[in-house]
Amino acid sequence: MTYLTKPHLHHPTLTRNKVGYTRRDYEGKISTLCAGCGHDSISAAIIQACWELDIEPHRVAKMSGIGCSSKTPDYFLGASHGFNTVHGRMPSVLTGANLANRDLLYLGISGDGDSASIGLGQFANAMRRGVRMAYIVENNGVYGLTKGQFSATADRGSKSKKGVINKESAVDLVGIALQLGATYVGRSFSGDKEQLVPLIKGALGHGGAAFIDVISPCVTFNNHSGSTKSYDYVREHNEAVNRIDFMVTHSEITTSYAPGEVTDVPQHDGSMLRLRKLHADYDPTDRLAAMNYMNERHSFGEVLTGLLYVDSHASDLHSALNTSRIPLNALGVKELTPGSAVLEKINAGLR
Amino acid sequence: MRPTDTSNPDYFHRVVDCQWACPAHTPVPEYIRMIGQGRYADAYMVNWVSNVFPGILGRTCDRPCEPACRRGRVEENNGQKAEPVAICRLKRVAADMKGDVKARMPTIVPFNGKRVACVGAGPASLTVARDLAPLGYEVTVFDGEAKAGGFIRSQIPRFRLPESVIDEETGYIFDLGVKFRHGERVDSMRELLTRHYDAVFVGCGAPRGRNLDIPGRQEAAENIHIGIDWLASVSFGHITEIAPRVIVLGGGNTAMDCCRSARRLGGSDVKVIVRSGFDEMKASPWEKEDAQHEGIPILNFHVPLRFEHESGKLTGMSFDVVKAEYDKNGKRTLVSTGQPEVFVACDVVLIAVGQENAFPWIEVETGIAFDHWGLPVLNEHSFQSTRPEVFFGGDSAFGPKNIITAVAHGHGAAISIDRFLNKQDVNQRPAPHVTISSQKMGIHEWSYDNAISDDHRFKVPWAKAETALANIRVEVELGFDAATAFKEANRCLNCDVQTVFTRETCIECDACVDICPVDSITFTTNGDEGDLRKRLKAPTLNLAQSLYVSAELKTGKIMVKDEDVCLHCGLCAERCPTGAWDMRKFLLITSQAGNARLGGKVKEPA
Repeated sequence: MTYLTKPHLHHPTLTRNKVGYTRRDYEGKISTLCAGCGHDSISAAIIQACWELDIEPHRVAKMSGIGCSSKTPDYFLGASHGFNTVHGRMPSVLTGANLANRDLLYLGISGDGDSASIGLGQFANAMRRGVRMAYIVENNGVYGLTKGQFSATADRGSKSKKGVINKESAVDLVGIALQLGATYVGRSFSGDKEQLVPLIKGALGHGGAAFIDVISPCVTFNNHSGSTKSYDYVREHNEAVNRIDFMVTHSEITTSYAPGEVTDVPQHDGSMLRLRKLHADYDPTDRLAAMNYMNERHSFGEVLTGLLYVDSHASDLHSALNTSRIPLNALGVKELTPGSAVLEKINAGLR
Repeated sequence: MRPTDTSNPDYFHRVVDCQWACPAHTPVPEYIRMIGQGRYADAYMVNWVSNVFPGILGRTCDRPCEPACRRGRVEENNGQKAEPVAICRLKRVAADMKGDVKARMPTIVPFNGKRVACVGAGPASLTVARDLAPLGYEVTVFDGEAKAGGFIRSQIPRFRLPESVIDEETGYIFDLGVKFRHGERVDSMRELLTRHYDAVFVGCGAPRGRNLDIPGRQEAAENIHIGIDWLASVSFGHITEIAPRVIVLGGGNTAMDCCRSARRLGGSDVKVIVRSGFDEMKASPWEKEDAQHEGIPILNFHVPLRFEHESGKLTGMSFDVVKAEYDKNGKRTLVSTGQPEVFVACDVVLIAVGQENAFPWIEVETGIAFDHWGLPVLNEHSFQSTRPEVFFGGDSAFGPKNIITAVAHGHGAAISIDRFLNKQDVNQRPAPHVTISSQKMGIHEWSYDNAISDDHRFKVPWAKAETALANIRVEVELGFDAATAFKEANRCLNCDVQTVFTRETCIECDACVDICPVDSITFTTNGDEGDLRKRLKAPTLNLAQSLYVSAELKTGKIMVKDEDVCLHCGLCAERCPTGAWDMRKFLLITSQAGNARLGGKVKEPA
């Protein structure tokens, strides 16, 4: 790990966004992860995305569980709210926070161990309930903190650094998210920020449960020739189904594409995703077709990336439960103690 | 772009902006680190080998290194005013605190049978003498004055440079067995050439101050002085006072020395009046600041018209007020504003409007040719004149410059003389000594301090104004104390510790891109330079700074590093999982005569 604090000096031409911050203002402490860890690239992509979206840091809550991945919220958005939960319990703590204050942007950071092993039930239910959040799994297929055992997302047949072959089948988090009703599902690669940054931006603006599985090589334990989560393997097998080209409002779209080449997806926050197709027969708005296509390409050994599914009419837990529009901490005494007449009415309704 | 050829010493040398800008190419970061470590004598010797007069230059250098300093660029838009490292004043710290360095001076070898004459005892001649004497040459330096130093002694006021410093540093040279024939002005080159020297070096400076021939000059001559002559008289104690009201004409460093000297000799109303605008004045910015600091006003855009006098007694000067106009090519002309003439009353005028070369003592029949500006016809690399055994350097070679340039000329001429007397081609110049070595000591441990200081430039403390202005021999600047020098030394970015990239081991994980605090590194597809510069993570238009470009990597991209504002913090190398980035110290020492590294006793820490 690096012992220095990152120098404060920044490039003289660094610009400020609409809310007055430079990209450097979205950084956190210096990373203590191994040099070259894919997770650091994901942190950099989150920093870039939040800066580009002109997000005020104090409007973000970043939550995580336990693991290398879950350490990373310390390394970005140093001025945001944060909660480092018990192993695998990030989704429920985040759900609680979200119910209490729907005005914040929720960023859930987890890893393959945190979400596919100990926290699989938490992950599944957060997707199922449609908690509005950007749920990012930094997926490296190994337990890095405990010296490199296979995790639940390691592909069957892949090799560990010591040469052991994995005999168990992998948990496919993207497949589960699709099946359980996540309304924004993407997969990306830590080594491809051009793809990852717009995906994160889209997830942050999404109106429901947004899930991104980011393959993030573990340079220490899982970046060797037998691995299916190494820089080289992912680069060779990466098949992007689309590229997010634009994140603009309706009126600003100027570039024209031939019909069928692009799909425009309006977002909850008024922005717009323009998806440029790379696979001609791929339709990211058809859940069933997306699942079929993914399974088919997976059998050919391809790692399908991009925005795999999006439902522009997503709704979230708040609308399902019809909760308070106002964050709980902003409610006054009058709303919180409506008086005995209201209590009588509620009690009467329960009789 | 083609991959960068780092085997060419110029590439990494250029990254060390200060060293590249220095005419003598003194390895600046190398000695600043030593100052930071308290190794003042080592730091002094690094300087002494390279620039011969560290104590003198640490007070008076024109410091081309400082405007070039990377620190001045990286601090831009990062808060307060961007300022370079106080390189020059750190050099003085090394000189002030070094202790006794006599034992570190080169040893003299027996006489090699060759005799060299140096005309003038200024910095260029003394450098030639220092470089040649330890090789066994018998070097004789001639000067019309009683003491050595040339303009260093006669022009630079004592309040900027105490005489003891000049005595000490010229003394080290004479201790090498160099003969000094003082009070012996050479007034005939023809005669000198008959004295059977094997080579002659001319380092006699540009001794003539330019005059200003406008009406009233002759009539009021008694109270009008040429600046450099007046400074010399002050320096030698012939002049000890001046009338209260003084006008100094001119905008160069000599004008600044004149006005500040006048202020100390009784001038209570001293003004500098200059033709050009304040910003275009030739004086270094800090010298202008120092003059203003002492309450001396600078009037710009005033063109002198007449010296006014009453029957030969100077009463003042009249000026035309002008403004600058620029044509299409940016050429400036000063145009009268049409305002009424300005009269400035005064008792004395000091003219400091430039210097000229003069060689009345070099006869035509010696075969030494001069061009139509009156300067000797020289080979600009070898300093050899049209008479093979005669070489020129310093102000007498290409016109008035500064001390550090004279030193650089001296080194160059010494190489030529040594080669010439060994029957070698003087046009072949020896390559510099270059070493490059990894600074890695362990995981994320480097043998240099890679933490970046957030400090702003420290100010050198000054003597109290009433003390300083009362006596011309009281040094104004007091120099940094050790604690401040340490902090100022820490501002140095160690630009000589280079970021070296090994393409073969790079796995393109982007860790270096993500960590770089100044967005210097980009992985992208190749293109021509103009195109690449636009596609960098932080696009750069500073064409003076190179792009470091790798050959194609596995994914077909290349690594491009913009050297411009790199902090040399080493974080790219710390975050690199495969050691594709390494921090390597690049040390370039220019070759000197005999290819011997003089006083090469820079000790590594035990």
